[in-house]
Parts: sequence; C-alpha cells; structure tokens
Amino acid sequence: MIDVQNLTKYYNDFCAVDGISLTIQPGEILGLLGPNGAGKTTTLRMLTGYYPPSSGSIRVKGLEMPRDTLKIKSLIGYLPESAPLYHNMLVYDYLDYVARLKGMTDPSAKESRFRELVKLCGLSAIMSKPIATLSKGLKQRVGIAHAMMTDPEILILDEPTSGLDPNQIAEIRDIIRGIGKEKTIIFSTHILSEAEATCDRIAIINKGKKVADDSTANLKQGARQASFIRLTLQGTDEIRAIERLRAMDPDLNIASAGNRDGVCLEIRCPENKDIRPDLYLNIKETDWIITELSRESQALEQIFQELTQEGASA
Amino acid sequence: MTQIKTIALKEFKDYFISPIAYIVISLFLIVSGWFFFSTFFIFGRADLRDFFSLLPITFSFFIPAITMRLFAEEKNVGTYETLLTMPVSFTQIALGKFLAATAFTAAMLLPTLSYPLFIATIGSVDPGPVIGGYIGAVLLAGAYCSMGLFASALTRNQIIAFIIGSALCFTLTILDRMLFFIPERLVPLVEYMGANAHFMNISKGIIDSRDIFYFASVVFVFIFSTYIVMKEKN
Repeated sequence: MIDVQNLTKYYNDFCAVDGISLTIQPGEILGLLGPNGAGKTTTLRMLTGYYPPSSGSIRVKGLEMPRDTLKIKSLIGYLPESAPLYHNMLVYDYLDYVARLKGMTDPSAKESRFRELVKLCGLSAIMSKPIATLSKGLKQRVGIAHAMMTDPEILILDEPTSGLDPNQIAEIRDIIRGIGKEKTIIFSTHILSEAEATCDRIAIINKGKKVADDSTANLKQGARQASFIRLTLQGTDEIRAIERLRAMDPDLNIASAGNRDGVCLEIRCPENKDIRPDLYLNIKETDWIITELSRESQALEQIFQELTQEGASA
Repeated sequence: MTQIKTIALKEFKDYFISPIAYIVISLFLIVSGWFFFSTFFIFGRADLRDFFSLLPITFSFFIPAITMRLFAEEKNVGTYETLLTMPVSFTQIALGKFLAATAFTAAMLLPTLSYPLFIATIGSVDPGPVIGGYIGAVLLAGAYCSMGLFASALTRNQIIAFIIGSALCFTLTILDRMLFFIPERLVPLVEYMGANAHFMNISKGIIDSRDIFYFASVVFVFIFSTYIVMKEKN
C-alpha cells in the first residue's frame, strides 16, 4: 500500500528524519512511536505531501511523489497534530467546505456521508456550533471527520489523542479501532500503552532514525524474555534470604531492590523459567512471610527507553 | 475550477463572519467620503475625479489590511497544513484567495456608487469617467490584492504581512512621483511601472488595452511569486 524508501528531511543543516524506510500493508494499523522531537510529525508530513522530502522516495498504491502528489493527497485522509480548524466556522459549514474541496459535488452523496460521519464520530449535538466554542476532544473528533470525509483508503493521524482526558482517549481509540478494520492507518504517538492497545505493528523512531519495526505481539514477546520475579519477605534479613535462595539454585541472579516492608529482591533466572512454585515451596519450610511474589515482564516501556536512549548515546 | 470557487467563496464569507468586513468597510467609507466631500462643494464640479485620484493611496492601506490574514492566519493557526494536504494545488489556493480579496474590495466600493447617484441629482455627470473609474478601481484593487496576498504568504505574522503589503502598494502608488530621483535612462521604465498613471488613464474614461495589460501583468507576477513562496517555504 505505502512504500517509503530512505526518506530523509533536512531543515537547513538539522537532520530531522534520517533514512527511514517503511512498508505498510493494506488494512494494517501502524503506530509510529518515539520521544518528542524524534521526527514523527515530519515523517507524517512528508507522507501526506505537506513537506517535500530532502531525499528518498514515497510510493502510495503505485503512485509516486512528487509527480502524483495531488492524486496521493486525494487517497489520504490526514489529521494534523492538535487538529487545526477554522475557528470562525460552524462545524457543518466546515465539513461542507472540506467535502467540496475534496471533490464531493453530489449533494445527496454528501448528505449521506455526513450522516455516517456524524454517527461514527459522535458529532450530532455540535453540528451547528461554532468551532471556536468546542472542547479539545470535540475538535479532535471534527478533525477525524475531516480526515475521513471521502472515506479514504489511508488514514494518517498525528497524535490523535494528545491533550485529551482518559475518557476522550478511550473514545478516540474506539473510533480508530472501528475504522481500522478496513482501512490502512498510520498514527503517531508518544504514549506506549496507546500504541500497544491499537496497533498491529509498531515502528519506533528516535533522532530521525528507525530503531525498531515489528508487530506489536513480537515486540511484547521480546519484552517478556527479560522478565524477573519480585519477592518480598518479612521476618528475615537480606543476607540470610539470599543465602537460602542460592542454596536452592546457584544459577539465580539475585539483586536487592531496597527494603520496603521487609526484604525486597529481584530474581532473574536463566532461560527465563518461571520458578515461583519452587520459591514458594522452599520458603514455606521457614517461618518467613511472603508478602509479594510476582513475575514482572520488562514492559514495552523499558524497551522503548532502552532503544531511544541507545540512539541518544550513539 | 470548482476548487478555486470553493476557496474563494469560503474566504469571502469569512470576511463577513468576523468583524473585519464591517470595520474595514466603514473606515474606508468614512476616509474616502470625507476626503471627497470636504472639497467637493468648493470646486463645484459634478464629477468623481477627486474621489478616484485618492483611491490609490487609500487602497494601499486598506487592501493590505484585507489581505493580511489570507495566508498569515492560516499559517499561525495551523490550518495551512490541513489546506495543503487536501487535494488542491498551490495555484488553486492562491487564485481562490486572490479572487475573494478582490471581490471583497469590489464589495467595499459598492456603497460609493451612491456618490455618482447623489451628484447626478444636483448636476449633470459624465458617465464615461465614472464607469471607467470603477473599472479602473477594480483593476487597481486586483493588482494591490495580489501584492497583499504575496506579502501574506511570506510570513505567519499578520502585522508583518500588513506592513510589507502596504510598503509594496505604496511604492507602486508613488513611483511616478519619485521620478526625479531616478537616472534619466530609467525614467520611462519606472514611469511605466507606477500604478497611478495607468489608473488615472482608465478613470478618465479611456480604457486602453495597454493599461489593462499592465494591471493583468502585476496580478500575474505577484500570484506567480505567491506560488513560488508557497512552494519554497515548505
């Protein structure tokens, strides 16, 4: 569907996007993840034809930029960051203007599309209100309706949930997941849980470079491998506890995690085995009290931090 | 073509949604009306010559005030990005905005049609210069709107757009009065470039293709420059 090769963008001599290549299949939801200033917005702006790339190629459905930019623009629905809208217009007038600009001239087709969008984005109560009076979440929904006006095959959303409250975020996510069933969606975010919850695939960008690109499931799998067991004990001290555990299995990698309500240990075991039953049975023989025994996987968060900080030091 | 019409209509309506239209139109009518009628009864001539002769100066301040928001506001609010990512070309955007501003200036001139009607009741008006004057005024408005549009495309700050626009319009207005500063060999060229002489020709009632060509080329040059600025500024 979308094929990006070696996309690079310089602002004067600052390199904002450095040789990013991406291939996006039809029907895929791709999350573009990265810290602030990583180049997410610039990448999306180049994909939508707003910025011409400094070098590299963008192909959408066999059409190539910049030769077919206008045709590509009509295939893509785009929601820019913080959904800029004309504040002095009414919601209906605005959507009508967008429909005309996008070449929807048939009035009956336009009306029926409006009705669908109103239902999908929950705009029925605000159609006759001036945009300036809307809350941020409502503006965002108008922006999404704008992007989906012509029922485009590709949707590009730049931080669609930034600045919204948790309820609004959930609503926007539902909308995205709803339309993502049949559309190709690329959206950028710096919130991991969001990407995890909505995307089929995640590409992590840092300092203009792509540092990871894999399906969400695979990335999480990778994360689980680095799991550890957190054990908190009362009625003993750290040295005795570690000694006993070492005696049970000398290969364990035991680290202290401070003394919060007793002795707190982080235990990593080779081959990523789940040794919680062994631990329990072993400690049951003593008079120590287990207050916490849990297996924690290194969350996506940590992978993100590692990847984006590696890039920073390199 | 439909795209140009859509953009032009939207921009034209925008003037009347916000208070800009009402403020600019009433100020323009006060200023031009006062300048015209303060001397009208002293000379006792039943024509609009004084009104038209002041128009280039008033236009060079009023038109940049009309055009300053066209691009600068969109860039500032961020809607420029939404606009450019819709399937419209740079030329369509520039032309649409240009037409809206020119149409608005024409709307601003509409109430002044009451001047010739009023004068016709107290004396006999020669219709030629009046008709020519209004045709010239619209051509002049077009030329100045294209310059204001260009100025607005240069920046995201409306005040800067206004100042650059006024400077451009004012330069074109007074160019033919600055001829004594200019080397002798360049005089014919500079004289031709000034807007005043061309406007005055038409407002005498002489509609000469050379003057029309002059205004058309100013419009072309500045809309083309706007196109280049839009292309290069990204």
